[in-house]
Amino acid sequence: MAATVDVNLDDYKYGFSVPENYAFKAEKGLSERIVKQISEMKNEPGWMTDFRLRGYKHFLERPMPQWGGQGMLNTINFDDIYYYIKPVGADKAFESWDDVPEDIKNTFDRLGIPEAEQKFLAGVGAQYESEVIYHSIIKDLESKGVIFLDMDASLREHPEIVKEYFGTVIPPEDNKFAALNTSVWSGGSFIYVPPGVHIDLPLQAYFRINAQNMGQFERTLIIVDEGAYVHYVEGCTAPTYSTDSLHSAVVEIIVKENGRCRYSTIQNWSHNVYNLVTKRAQAYKNATMEWVDGNLGSKLTMKYPAVWLMEDGAHGEVLSIAFAGKGQVQDAGGKIVHAAPNTSSVITSKSISKGGGRTTYRGLIKVAPNATNSKSNVLCDALILDDQSASDTFPYIEIENNNVSIGHEASVSKVSEEQLFYLMSRGIEEDTASNMIVSGFIEPIVKELPMEYALEMNRLIEMEMEGSVG
Amino acid sequence: MSTSLSIKDLQVSIDDKLILKGLNLEVKPGEVHAIMGPNGSGKSTTAYALAGHPAYEVEGGEVWMDGVNLLELSPDERAQMGLFLCFQYPTAIPGISMANFLRTSYNAVKGEEGEDGKKKPIPIAEFRKKLLEKMDLLKMDKSFARRYLNEGFSGGEKKRAEILQMTLLEPKVAILDETDSGLDIDALRIVSEGVNSMLSSERAFIVITHYQRILDYIKPDYVHIMYDGQIILSGGPELALRLEEEGYDNIVKSITQNGNGGN
Ligand SMILES: Nc1ncnc2c1ncn2[C@@H]1O[C@H](COP(=O)(O)OP(=O)(O)OP(=O)(O)O)[C@@H](O)[C@H]1O
Ligand SMILES: [Mg+2]
Repeated sequence: MAATVDVNLDDYKYGFSVPENYAFKAEKGLSERIVKQISEMKNEPGWMTDFRLRGYKHFLERPMPQWGGQGMLNTINFDDIYYYIKPVGADKAFESWDDVPEDIKNTFDRLGIPEAEQKFLAGVGAQYESEVIYHSIIKDLESKGVIFLDMDASLREHPEIVKEYFGTVIPPEDNKFAALNTSVWSGGSFIYVPPGVHIDLPLQAYFRINAQNMGQFERTLIIVDEGAYVHYVEGCTAPTYSTDSLHSAVVEIIVKENGRCRYSTIQNWSHNVYNLVTKRAQAYKNATMEWVDGNLGSKLTMKYPAVWLMEDGAHGEVLSIAFAGKGQVQDAGGKIVHAAPNTSSVITSKSISKGGGRTTYRGLIKVAPNATNSKSNVLCDALILDDQSASDTFPYIEIENNNVSIGHEASVSKVSEEQLFYLMSRGIEEDTASNMIVSGFIEPIVKELPMEYALEMNRLIEMEMEGSVG
Repeated sequence: MSTSLSIKDLQVSIDDKLILKGLNLEVKPGEVHAIMGPNGSGKSTTAYALAGHPAYEVEGGEVWMDGVNLLELSPDERAQMGLFLCFQYPTAIPGISMANFLRTSYNAVKGEEGEDGKKKPIPIAEFRKKLLEKMDLLKMDKSFARRYLNEGFSGGEKKRAEILQMTLLEPKVAILDETDSGLDIDALRIVSEGVNSMLSSERAFIVITHYQRILDYIKPDYVHIMYDGQIILSGGPELALRLEEEGYDNIVKSITQNGNGGN
């Protein structure tokens, strides 16, 4: 059945849901039995089952972080969440949209994914609940040895590479939510780009939650070999429900000598989703890693994309945009670890809060004793649109040698009356004028995105601006 | 004959301090009025209050434009009616390109209403052509279109950009607040020519200035002297020359001695 039911749409365009139609839905709550059940259903090798259990053990032991959005974190009821839901027909990811079950295909049609794929993408993965339902890459790249698969398929088809890298960048014990992800992960992408291969068009993954009280725990691993390049883009949405959902992903990236990886996120979760994601990359000799992180929507986001600069000359960059409206907390930023000499990094964060929303920049720059002649620059700007909204900055800096250059600049501003008046004195209405000021504010980051995503980003910000007025 | 702008006994305060203390001025279509006056006499306050700046509190008086009570309109509505202010100190807005800003403004002011009551935007190519034409007239480099609005513009470049906006929006009443200050000699000529090219029997100008120089290019029909929030003397172009010779002090003295306030 393909009829769609709109649930409490308000201003969030992606808040629709379709009737549940699942091959398997684990009972609510988390237990060792469920962890084993997931692994069994996926026919995983023993080492992966053990790995999951290791994650589960640590998840139980690890206390909840008592910082960031701890007030909201403490209200998550882990027993009230479905940890694994397999849609009907999701035994493997299809390579043609025609094979995808109709109700799911309709959902992705409404989200514009197949259309975008035809227009400007080199490959697409689409995840629905716990499973990747569609995955495809242009043939030309396949013949060059590029691997772009869903994570479960890559474990079946390339077990040796997965085993070599899985959990090496972010071990199960890294933090409570990485541990949770390790225990119940499902779906996500695996990318391998062979030496020297330059993928011109972006690869995109789209994550969709449909069920109520759903927990989505995708796992992504990207390996960019020497001198190779890839731009990976992820988008995500969910229906608006009155109960909460949980999204807790782990993304591990390895960029080898002279390689470059750009990972762009346009997160647009409905306002009932906890978004607690661990993202970390390792950049080797003269390699470049760039995170472009657009955080819109969600109830609480805690996300600090990290780059470990492992070898001489590596460069890391985090560009982060956050928008917090009514009832939302965006606790975002970036982490850079300079672990080798002559490494450089830049963190640029722009946050906007409105209608009582709260944004926090939380960042860490760490320079190891051997990382001489390293450079880092942090710039964080907050724009506060009204008196109910707020913004904080927590820039942590740990430097263990003297021969480094670290710059840090922070600003907090309100939309200035003078700017607003200037635009209005040119006939521009107040709402349009404040939208223009906001889009001007994030322009330095948005201009880094491919045009299609830049337009999307501006459109989403505009929608949030309208949505949080009422 | 109809009036473009009719200001009656206007009183305006900022932060509870009364700045305009009963301003009277009648401006008819096709006229050029110059307002001169010492620093702090309330010239810019007049300009801001007419444009509707929210910090400028109207305490009394009336302002009519084409029979409409201007004081009841928001700043954008005033602009849409055809009022334009060339700012003494234009505001910079980072991240917004001149071209994007100008097109948004153009559509808001000049866009024709479609059947649905919404304004129809001008096609991008058509706007671009128009913009380049006007930039050429003002001898502005094309690259300004891509730059962020007023950001990093030199003083003179900002003024030129203001005039560019005016030539695009073709207002009915244009107020130029010290547009001549900060312009080099060539720029003053170019900008003045830009203004003169817009003189028409349907358009009125209010030119606020300290110097006779710009009035050599843009010939005023009337010159007003503003002092302590009021126009204390009005006359023809010769008044600006007299001012140049005698200075404010002497003129103010002669007026107060004669007990001759207002115009
Ligand atoms: N925001 C403000 N707060 C307090 N006083 C103000 C403010 N803006 C203007 N004023 C005061 O109002 C008076 C008139 O200022 P205005 O800018 O209108 O003068 P002006 O005639 O344009 O002077 P100038 O020739 O220097 O440009 C001045 O005394 C000024 O200090
Ligand atoms: Mg002034």
